[in-house]
Amino acid sequence: MAAKTPSPEVRAPGAPLPDTVNPLPRKGFMGWLNKRMPVDEFIANQLTGYYAPKNFNIWYFFGSLALLVLVMQLLTGIFLTMFYKPGELTSFDSVEFIMREVNSGWLIRYLHSTGASAFFIVVYLHMFRALLYGSYKAPRELLWILGMVVYLALMAEAFMGYVLPWGNMSFWGAQVIVNLFGTIPAIGPPLVEWIRGDYGIADATLNRFFSLHVVAIPLALLLLVMLHLVALRRTGSNNPDGIEIKEKLGADGKPLDGIPFHPYYTVKDVVGVGVFLMLFSIIVFFVPTLGGLFLEGPNFEPANPMSTPEHIAPVWYFTPFYAILRAVPDQRTGALLMGIAVLSFLLLPWLDRSPVKSMRYRGPISRIMLALFAVSFVALGYLGLQPAEGLYVILARIFSVIYFAYFWLMPIYSRPSVDPVKAVPERVVFNAH
Amino acid sequence: MRINRSRVPKGRFLLAVIIECVLATGAAAVFSTVHAEEAGGAGGKEEGGKAAWGADWKSWRAKTDVADTASLQRGARNFANYCLGCHSLKYERWSRLGKDLDIPEDILAKNLLPPGDKPANYILTSMPAADAETWFGKTPPDLSLMARARGKDYLFRLFMTYYSDPTRPTGANNLQLPAIAMPAVLSELEGVKRAVFKDGELDHFEQVAPGRLTRAEYEGFVRDTVNFLDYVGEPTQAARRSLGVWVVLFLLVFTWLAWLMKREFWKDVH
Repeated sequence: MAAKTPSPEVRAPGAPLPDTVNPLPRKGFMGWLNKRMPVDEFIANQLTGYYAPKNFNIWYFFGSLALLVLVMQLLTGIFLTMFYKPGELTSFDSVEFIMREVNSGWLIRYLHSTGASAFFIVVYLHMFRALLYGSYKAPRELLWILGMVVYLALMAEAFMGYVLPWGNMSFWGAQVIVNLFGTIPAIGPPLVEWIRGDYGIADATLNRFFSLHVVAIPLALLLLVMLHLVALRRTGSNNPDGIEIKEKLGADGKPLDGIPFHPYYTVKDVVGVGVFLMLFSIIVFFVPTLGGLFLEGPNFEPANPMSTPEHIAPVWYFTPFYAILRAVPDQRTGALLMGIAVLSFLLLPWLDRSPVKSMRYRGPISRIMLALFAVSFVALGYLGLQPAEGLYVILARIFSVIYFAYFWLMPIYSRPSVDPVKAVPERVVFNAH
Repeated sequence: MRINRSRVPKGRFLLAVIIECVLATGAAAVFSTVHAEEAGGAGGKEEGGKAAWGADWKSWRAKTDVADTASLQRGARNFANYCLGCHSLKYERWSRLGKDLDIPEDILAKNLLPPGDKPANYILTSMPAADAETWFGKTPPDLSLMARARGKDYLFRLFMTYYSDPTRPTGANNLQLPAIAMPAVLSELEGVKRAVFKDGELDHFEQVAPGRLTRAEYEGFVRDTVNFLDYVGEPTQAARRSLGVWVVLFLLVFTWLAWLMKREFWKDVH
């Protein structure tokens, strides 16, 4: 590494920190601590010496909010696990026990159930931000892929968590989703049996889902989120202009368009946290079921293998993919397309051929395709909640085609020869408040 | 921290917008949960046996208010008198009911508690499940969560749309839940009505025999009972809403202070 030009980004191991980072040798307890653990150095490296573009807009709140919701889910989950009793005969009763007889149990449970939906809202907005400003493009491909793996883990976590209350929709939702694996050729049926641990969704299934939900996947999530942040630390954040701030350094070696993450973005994110928690609390305290969207009515009836709910719909965050599944008459093809719909995101860095990151400087075709994609995602989400009949199926097919067109036509329409790009400015656009 | 008010009009405007949005959302949320029941209602279009009585049954709403303790108390009485013979509330204790509904212990013991039951017991029917299955073809379901699973409007319409149907083993049928296994146990109060159908849809109800209550009184009876079941579905809902108001108010102040702090720090950024 070139030690001649000290930069906060690249520093040889053991090399002293730049003066600005650690101005005072600490005394007392902090001095004692720093001799034994790099506390100040860590803060200097990761927060006060970590430069983020100064032109972040509202879309850049959702990363820190996702972290907040993750912590909230872990904490409320710990308390729920103290009272929840997995088992065919105990799960449903123990959830009602939490709701009625555990002190503030209702609050913990609603925080957790609302938190699950909030997690997906925040993550979907976080992902949309990446599509809007090309944050998945080089050099952030790995950052994007790690984020997508976090999303996949989150889907598994949410699905298994939804089964735990053992309501009737838990049971039938698990039935439908687990059976999707049965469409895999050759190994399908034995695979499904292996997942369930029984010939049907049963006590064994419930208990292994509990184990995975409270231990395995949370551990994986924490590790993946950490890797996501480590990768972010290397590339730095993208920004609404899609300009690499590291390419314009000042005399001090710091990005001209960057500001230290702490205190600037920590104080800004706290405002975002306040607004988010307000909206979140309104749901938790005034409409915790959100009209059946966050907590479905049939799930207040215990699981009953003899009684199928009128129509089975997963919770809203899976319904865009569920609508794609049902739009295809053949179940195997439907399941395959559903899988492709989720996994297509992973290939975005290579499908996108535009020299420009941000939609601000792209041509009309890219912008229209992104808008159509966003509309079709929401529309599919709505259609997945409706019965699969008549007009709903036709609409689901139309929106599925748009959904896939966004990804698979991108290598064509994102080319500057097809969709002319505008000149990207040298420096980020920032209006001081 | 010194705050220069004149320098940052944009920030104040933004803050005002945020606060207004939040207040509006909050108010909307409160109203939608607590007072959504104002709209519609079974009483709306029925007037003394007019031909149209019941034609609009699908739009009937429960119009209940779980903060109305007197209504909940009447509902508890109705439940003990007419439902408890067959149905349980297995997640609710008598003592909890007494506490939440402001029913003093002696009155609870005298008027509601089945003989031999202790206040700490759960509210359970004395009908053996096996017998119930023989008699009705299925065990009467536990009603603790029925209002949450099906909705209180569903329950209201269920109680309001029984009609006599000689083809059924119980002699009664229901518009909300066709081929219902439960007999018309409230016909003593409501009387007996006949359903006149046109093109497969209900055209109107006809009162065949009077009950002990007038139609308006019966509607009130049903409303109180549904209100009670709504309470039992989520006994903490009153506490939830009242705590929520304070939480949102706190967060308003918190967000405002956070905004001021952000604005102060960001004065350095040009």
